[in-house]
Formats: sequence, structure tokens, C-alpha cells
Amino acid sequence: MQLVNTIVQGILLGGLYALFGTGLSLIFGVMRLVNLAHGDFIVLAAYLSLMAMAFGLHPLLTLLIVIPIMFILGVVLQRGILNKVLGEGLMPPLVITFGLSILVQNVLQLGFSADSQDLDAGALETASMKFSEVTIGTFPLITFITAVVILVALQLFFNRTKLGQAFRATSDDPGTAELMGINSRQIYGWAMGLSLAIVAIAGVLLGIRTNFSPTIGPARLIFAFEAVIIGGLGSIWGTLAGGVILGLAQTIGAALDPTWFQLAGHIVTLIVLAVKPSGLFARTRDA
Amino acid sequence: MLASQVPMFKHINSLTPPSLSPERRLAIVAAFVLISALTVPLWAGSGTMRTLVEFIYLLALAQMWNLLAGYAGMVSIGQQAWIGLGGYAMIVLADDLGINVFVAVFLAGLVAVLFALPTAVLVFRLRAGYFAIGTWVIAEVFRLLIASSTTWLQGESGRTLAALGEIARSTREIWTYLIAIIIGFGSIALVYYLMRSKPGLGLTATRDSEGAAASVGIDTYRLKLMVFLLCAFGTGVIGALIYLTVLNIRPSAAFSVQWTAFMIFIVVIGGIGTIEGPIIGAVIFFIIREYLSNFGEWSFIFLGVTAVVMMLFMPQGVWGLLHRRFDLELFPVRRRLPAHLLTATPAALEQSGGIKEPA
Repeated sequence: MQLVNTIVQGILLGGLYALFGTGLSLIFGVMRLVNLAHGDFIVLAAYLSLMAMAFGLHPLLTLLIVIPIMFILGVVLQRGILNKVLGEGLMPPLVITFGLSILVQNVLQLGFSADSQDLDAGALETASMKFSEVTIGTFPLITFITAVVILVALQLFFNRTKLGQAFRATSDDPGTAELMGINSRQIYGWAMGLSLAIVAIAGVLLGIRTNFSPTIGPARLIFAFEAVIIGGLGSIWGTLAGGVILGLAQTIGAALDPTWFQLAGHIVTLIVLAVKPSGLFARTRDA
Repeated sequence: MLASQVPMFKHINSLTPPSLSPERRLAIVAAFVLISALTVPLWAGSGTMRTLVEFIYLLALAQMWNLLAGYAGMVSIGQQAWIGLGGYAMIVLADDLGINVFVAVFLAGLVAVLFALPTAVLVFRLRAGYFAIGTWVIAEVFRLLIASSTTWLQGESGRTLAALGEIARSTREIWTYLIAIIIGFGSIALVYYLMRSKPGLGLTATRDSEGAAASVGIDTYRLKLMVFLLCAFGTGVIGALIYLTVLNIRPSAAFSVQWTAFMIFIVVIGGIGTIEGPIIGAVIFFIIREYLSNFGEWSFIFLGVTAVVMMLFMPQGVWGLLHRRFDLELFPVRRRLPAHLLTATPAALEQSGGIKEPA
């Protein structure tokens, strides 16, 4: 039963990683940009929630504040900074987002010290359901369901809405999309906003789930990357599968030896990269 | 091929050539700097030498990252992998295998290459930004593996270099300094000669457009692999030098992404894709760090903001600005017509027989 419990935990953890990965792969899909500050934005969202909680809000309710702030931050970041270096090669956006990563980490450290924090969600954190001998944590389950709901919503957004079509058209060929009257720079702004809105949710869920401190961002970026690479680029459901595989690898690894938590995830990622470099569920060939 | 060997340009050799070729000017400057550097142990104290060694390894690290990212277009944020492996390899070779510690510094580079080869096979499957994170994941794997070796490599508490204990302090300091000089000059010479060579030309072509480069017969994979391994070697040797001065190595510090952050800032401030850039960048970075070292987070905030602002408003860096403003160039690695041909007026060319249109 120990094994079953571990597996269930791993799968549920995968939902969180799928959220991490979705934000990262969304902007890569639309504009081939990799945001090296992605993990730090996740942590930033957790701190924003912490600040909002000072008004006596439940952490889940702070989403109403954190999501809009992160969305606006994304649009401003894209339109104010990143759009200016588009088409100048891959170096400028990487250096800029790397600089932002260091900036966010150190501003948080200055404002909140290096101590670890926690978003206190009260009884929700420890609540669980028992099915015969398998215990399922209520909050991990909520996290997983949230991830699935967001992925379904994204799928519908891309397939059914005009804006979603514009996203896909810009992704395929920005030049031609512009000829059809789509303002690609505007689309990029929306994409980054959407990515950081997802990051906001991921950050708050992360903060309720575990302790966090200003410097844990880079490791979250790596988890996001691993979910994307395992699942395969450009596939929404691949990212969920990738997140689940990563979550499983980490929890099973940690069950064998607590220090193997991260290492097991890295090794599974490298194995996928060696055996099936396009990922297990890839849809686009533009790796 | 020199312009004067092109048949249509042959007859303009009679125009006054520049008094000092860029190559000769560089040789004079390099000889001057090298000789001055070699006199340092004669007059400077150990504090000065230690500061210089630190400056040199930052400079050399930046040269290696610039070769990889600026010239070859492989933006890695996992170069700390080779620093850590180089440092550990040096200590293991010297302390466990009894190899002379100063020889071990250079052998450590080869150990880094040994690990860089399988790394390259994996990360070369990733494009652009994902390549960057991929290199980082590999560095993390090395860090975690070394940290999990709790007996041999003593896990998180790390190992201390013992081999230096038997050597007198002054001998130790002079040798460390001389090795730093070799590494500093070696890293610049490596980039200089590589970029003047045919593979160097192929490399920049690959960076600018991999497809186009491949279409004219460049083996882009092999070229990139060669540079990746060269940079791993260089960075590994530098890592060994670093831990020759620091003595105690811990996985979390040796494999810290901060190393790569420093490389990126030095190169970005100085100027990407030039040899002069990392030199100027290292000087600026060194000064900034000395002044801001007491400000903790603020110094990193400053560096982060600087990187963003530089990319937005001065992507060519300080050297790019100087180069454009004053037409300065210390390292002639770009291919162009001799200066006297570019500046010759049509009248002057006419007088010397003119350039005849090819038939």
C-alpha cells in the first residue's frame, strides 16, 4: 500500500508541474522565447499572495488579486521590454530574462529575507480522503484538478476562440499572420500575460503546498522544463503527462532515498532526451 | 586569401600600405602586457597576486563563455558544470592519485572534456533557449551526484586540497600566479587563433544561420561539438585554478549557477562576440564587485538591471561603443579588405592604375 500511496502522490504532484510547464511552453510555442525567470515569477506570485494575505484573505482567495497583477506584469514585460529585442537572435531575450531572474530573487530576498515562508491555508493543508488503504490529500487533489481544468480551458481557447486562432497563426508564421491583420506584438503581449496568469495560479498552489524562499525559483524553472521535455513540445496533454511522469520519478526516487528527489527527475528527463528527443507526446517538430 | 592575391586587386599593392599591421600592433601590445605580468612576482605582495589571479580567472571564464555563446551561438547557463568538475578532478588527481598538483590543474580540463562529450550528445538535441536550461540540468546532475558521494567526496561538506600543504607558501603563490598567466593568455590566444582560422569562419556562419552554413558544406554539428569541448576544457582548467586558490570545494558553491551569471554579465557589459569585450567587461565587473561587495543583494540587483538595460540600449556592450565611435580594434579577427583599400579615394585608385572591371 505504501507503493500505491507514493504513486498517487506522484501523480497529483504532476498536476502542479504541468502548470509550471504550461506557462513555459505557451510562450515558447507562440514566440520561441524561453523565459529563464519563469521559476522566479512562480515564487514572486507566492510572495504576492503572502502580501495579499495580510488583508486577512485565504490564500486561494488571493488569486483574485495575484492573477490580475501577474497578467499585467506579463503584458508590460513583453510589450515594454521583450518585444524590443524580438528578431535580434536568441541571446538578448535569454540574457534579459536571466537578468530578471537574478533581479526578482534579490528583490524578494531584500524584502522578505532568506527565511522560508508558507501560505497558511488552515485545515485544507492537512485534510485527506481515505479509500480503503489509499490516502489522497485533499489539497493535492484540488491542485491536480485545477491543472486539468486549466489545460482544458487552454485547449478550448486555442481551438474555439478567435484570439486562440490568432495565437496559433502567429506561432506558425508571424509574417503571414500580420498580413491577415494580426498584430503579432500584441499577441506576444497577451501570450506573456496569459503565461504569467498561469504562473500566478501555480505559485499560489506551490506556496500552500510547501515552504518557499526567494531562491527556489531556478529549481522550479528546471521542473517546468522537464515536464515540457518529457511530454514533448507543443502538446498540452503531453505537458500534463510529462508533469505526471516527473512527479512520479521524484516521489518514487525520494521514497527510495530522500536525497534522490531531484536527481531521479533529472535522470528520467535525460533518458527521455536520449531515447526520444522529441518527447513522449510531441506534436510540433520545432524542438 | 589576401586581397592582394586577388588578380583584380594585384596592381593596387603600390598604394601606401598602413605603417603598422594590426597583427604586429597586437603582438607588441601582447608582448608588453606579458612581460609586465611576468615581473609582478618580483615586486608585488601576495595580496596583489591573489587579486590578479582572481581577475584573470574571471576574464578567462568570460572568454570561454563568449566563445561558446557569442561566437558559436550556444547560450549555455550550465558552464558551472566544468568549474565544479575541474575543481574536483584537480583535488582527486592531486590528493588521491598523487599527481603533481600544478600538472593536475591542466589534466582537470581533460576530465571535464570526458564528461562534456556525453553532455553534448544530449543537449545538442535541444534548440536555443531549451539548450540553455538543458545545460543547467546537466550541471545540476553533476552537483547532486557529487553531493551524494558522502564518503569519497565527502558530500555537501566537500573536500579540501591537501597537496599544497607540502609546498612552501611563496613557491605556491608564484606557481599559482604563473598558471593563471598561462590560462589568461591561453584563453585569449585560443579564441584569437580559432576565430582567424577556417573553422572559426564556419563557426560564425553557423551561429548566424545554421541552415545556410550547412548548405555550403560546413559540418555544423562537428564544429559546434569541437567548440563545446574546447570550452569545457578551458572552463575545467579555470575551475581547477579557482580551487587551487580557494582550497575548499563544496558542491553547492562549485556548481552554483552564479558562476555562469558572472560570465554572462562580464561578456554583456564588455561586448558579446568580440575578444576585447570580455577583457573590458572583466575590468568593469571587477571594479563594480569590489565597490558593491558590502551591499549584498543590492549588488546583484544592480547586475541584473545592468544586464537588462545593456541588452535594450547597448547590445554591443562598452567595447562595441568604443569600436564604433573610435574605430578601435585590438584583435584583428574580422575579415575585411586592408584599410588602405577601403580609404583610398576613387581619384587615388585611378592614379595608381585603377581597379579594372573584370572582363
